Amino acid sequence: MTLRMKSSLDRGRQLALLLFWSARPLWAVEPGGSTAQSTSIFSPASTPAKSIADLSVFVLAITGIIFLVVFTLLLYSVVRFRGRAVDGGREPAQVYGSMQIELAWTIIPILIVVVLFLATARVILAVQDAPEPGGALDVIAIGHQYWWEFRYPKLGIVTANELHIPVSDPSHPTPTFLQLLSVDTDHSFWVPQLAGKTDLIPNHPNRMWMDPQRTGVFLGQCAQYCGTQHAKMLLRVSVDGPDDFSAWVRAQQKPGVEDASAVAGRRVFERNACINCHAVGGTPADGRFGPDLTHLMSRATIAAGAAKNTHDNLRLWIQNPSAIKPGSLMPAMKLSNPDLDAVVSYMETLR
Amino acid sequence: MSSNVITVPVGQTEARPWVDELHQWLITVDHKRLGILYIVSSLLFLTLGGVEALIIRIQLMHSHNNFVSPEVFNRMFTMHGTTMIFFVAMPILFGFANYLVPLMIGARDMAFPRLNAFSFWLSFLGGLLLYFSFLGGSGLYGAGSAPDVGWWSYAPLGARAFSPGHSSDYWTLALLVSGFGSIGTAINIIATILCLRCPGMKISRMPLLVWMNLVMAGMVLLAITPLSAAQIMLLIDRYLGGHFFDTQAGGSAVLWMHFFWIFGHPEVYVLIIPCFAFMSEIIPVFSRKPIFGYPVMVAATVCIGFVSMSVWAHHMFTIGMNSYANSFFTLTTMVVGIPTGIKIFNWIGTMWGGRIQFKTPMLFSIGFLFQFLIAGLTGIMMAASPFDWQLSLSYFVVAHFHYVIVGGILFALFAAFYYWYPKMTGRMLSERLGKWHFWLFLIGFHLTFDVMHVPGILGMPRRIYTYEPGRGWDTLNFIISIGAFIQAIAILVFVANLIVSYFKGARVGNDPWDAWTLEWSVSSPPPAYNFATVPTVASRRPLWDLKHPEDPDSHYE
Repeated sequence: MTLRMKSSLDRGRQLALLLFWSARPLWAVEPGGSTAQSTSIFSPASTPAKSIADLSVFVLAITGIIFLVVFTLLLYSVVRFRGRAVDGGREPAQVYGSMQIELAWTIIPILIVVVLFLATARVILAVQDAPEPGGALDVIAIGHQYWWEFRYPKLGIVTANELHIPVSDPSHPTPTFLQLLSVDTDHSFWVPQLAGKTDLIPNHPNRMWMDPQRTGVFLGQCAQYCGTQHAKMLLRVSVDGPDDFSAWVRAQQKPGVEDASAVAGRRVFERNACINCHAVGGTPADGRFGPDLTHLMSRATIAAGAAKNTHDNLRLWIQNPSAIKPGSLMPAMKLSNPDLDAVVSYMETLR
Repeated sequence: MSSNVITVPVGQTEARPWVDELHQWLITVDHKRLGILYIVSSLLFLTLGGVEALIIRIQLMHSHNNFVSPEVFNRMFTMHGTTMIFFVAMPILFGFANYLVPLMIGARDMAFPRLNAFSFWLSFLGGLLLYFSFLGGSGLYGAGSAPDVGWWSYAPLGARAFSPGHSSDYWTLALLVSGFGSIGTAINIIATILCLRCPGMKISRMPLLVWMNLVMAGMVLLAITPLSAAQIMLLIDRYLGGHFFDTQAGGSAVLWMHFFWIFGHPEVYVLIIPCFAFMSEIIPVFSRKPIFGYPVMVAATVCIGFVSMSVWAHHMFTIGMNSYANSFFTLTTMVVGIPTGIKIFNWIGTMWGGRIQFKTPMLFSIGFLFQFLIAGLTGIMMAASPFDWQLSLSYFVVAHFHYVIVGGILFALFAAFYYWYPKMTGRMLSERLGKWHFWLFLIGFHLTFDVMHVPGILGMPRRIYTYEPGRGWDTLNFIISIGAFIQAIAILVFVANLIVSYFKGARVGNDPWDAWTLEWSVSSPPPAYNFATVPTVASRRPLWDLKHPEDPDSHYE
């Protein structure tokens, strides 16, 4: 008897958990993080993520009902038909089956599948085949081993790891359409609050879109295993108000700042292998293997979000990238201390 | 017919020196010994795969943990996945099929005993080859390497540009070698079932376990062959200058995904259908009723076999297929749920009106039913492709398929162990240790895999060796890791039970569970030749007919 009691308690816990999931959209704020830090799929901030969340609640409700019905049947039959001492070892009635019952529990699931499929197909078409409106912003996102390159072809901007896009007012939508490419292995662009994930696959260009309806920083990361440092290929999407976005665009369109105080550092940068991989607009540095550094200081993080963009972190990153991100493709440059300080000073002028 | 089901006295076996005994095991072509070899070798690999899982769980206990390096972590999840699928789940199920199918159809061995031995040694040596990569992965210069490209080895990560050295080659060759072993076993099972059934055992009278293994073997033929082809293509890419999957030279990464998942999804059913088979034998015996709706169960199994060959791309909803392809694979995946649901209802129908005996095999079977129900429902959620655009590649998926593989397949396997161990060894497993095993494992399982759905919903991707603090993932991951250790303790109890009961367990006769299929008509363990006289059967439950001559099944079928 105690055995069976425990069993039902345990199932009750699963049930509670399932209800907990279905109730999640009620609590948009996650434990342990502010709204801005949330990466829950049930706190959507843009149309694709919202349609997915709505569909998800519908699917959760239907599967939840199925669960309750079958769970009750199972529990009932386990408890009701347990063997008892009074049976005296007699065998129960031998029943071989029933076509009517079989038909019933075949047809009902078929109907459920039809409903689920139609509801799903509607969302697939709405999200995937949405036409691109005139006011949309085009961005090319390129996956590299452990960092993101973002190119704005119509605006002439190249940046890395931190995507800036405009907020989209539902009455005058300005959605962002991303073209997804990869130069090496497979990656996946996932910012749960803005849209479902889509992979970046070499030789297989993909497309996705989002129309965030509130400003703020939205977090995400690479979701497809891409190599050693897959875990620290983080993503930040900054959704800016119209004025902030225009200001950001203007700042990014300027060539690299030339600061006389950093001439020594610039010389070290350009004489070493740094420029094989990195570009600084308006200088001979035009490498494309690593992130574009023209406006490095406009970014909040370095190493694809692995560290805050501070003086100490920059210095450590240039001196020994493995200390922050072991397995990163940035080599340790083995600079002397004066050269290291000079390069860091140069980086800090790249606003 | 009763005169044909006879008890054969166990012959006097003389004590042989252990070298001689070992030699006998190495050269054996007996389906029962090969079955046990499959099972024991799988248990060894289960231990290795389990240790790898624990290393993964220690590393993820809290954010920014430094227990292992990213390189080691990536090797661990690659080896864990590869080991558990190819060298634990498949061979252990082949082991049970090998042991049980001939006994259940009244045959004296498999159709091709030497092919059977060859297949086992291929699978086993494939596993050793995989683990040799720890030494040979870097060509022995810097021992300590192993494949780190994931058990799915997505192109182009498996190409030489991104995976230099030999670790990926060991992975490829291990899968190729053991894949040939699997194909051999599948051919053998099909031939045995089609050709060696005893008189009276029409195809409509075969025990469901036999039916389901027939479907499983058919699926192995269809699923493993494309995987083997892909492995050969990968080798051509790596060593002969081919460009099938070499994206740097215009190859296709998506082609590899199709090859891998047209193997990978049927593979899930290759693993779960034999577990349905265990359930379909064990639940009736402990409910004291025949299986409810035998013909429907057979039809549902065959239906799953067919439909599951057309669902593979639901693993690829995020790769940017067009909306029609996404809709098609959404539909097929949801449709698989129908025959699967029918099975669950039929098992409930079997228990309904029965007199359920809560022996350890039945406890694990009931656990299977509850957990497989949940696993199926989370599967339906991810079949809805937009939902999957969020859940895919997240910890939700990891929770879902571990619910299938641990909550479903492993629970069914434990049920099978407790149920057939007496037949294999002649001794019972301890019920007391069995209950400890069951409850500990149940608690550990739910602690780990119920909780694991939540970080996925909160945006935690899988395959990451570390994660950022402040996203609400830390506590959840800590609980998940604690559950993993409780499961490990439960496994230790299980192994202790296997070993202790082998020497000290209560001796049993032919038929300790009062069951109805032919394997219980012979001694425990069965003699090398299985049946002195080939039996004749008149119904699906020959031993029921024997025990109830006044009311035999053969009157109703």
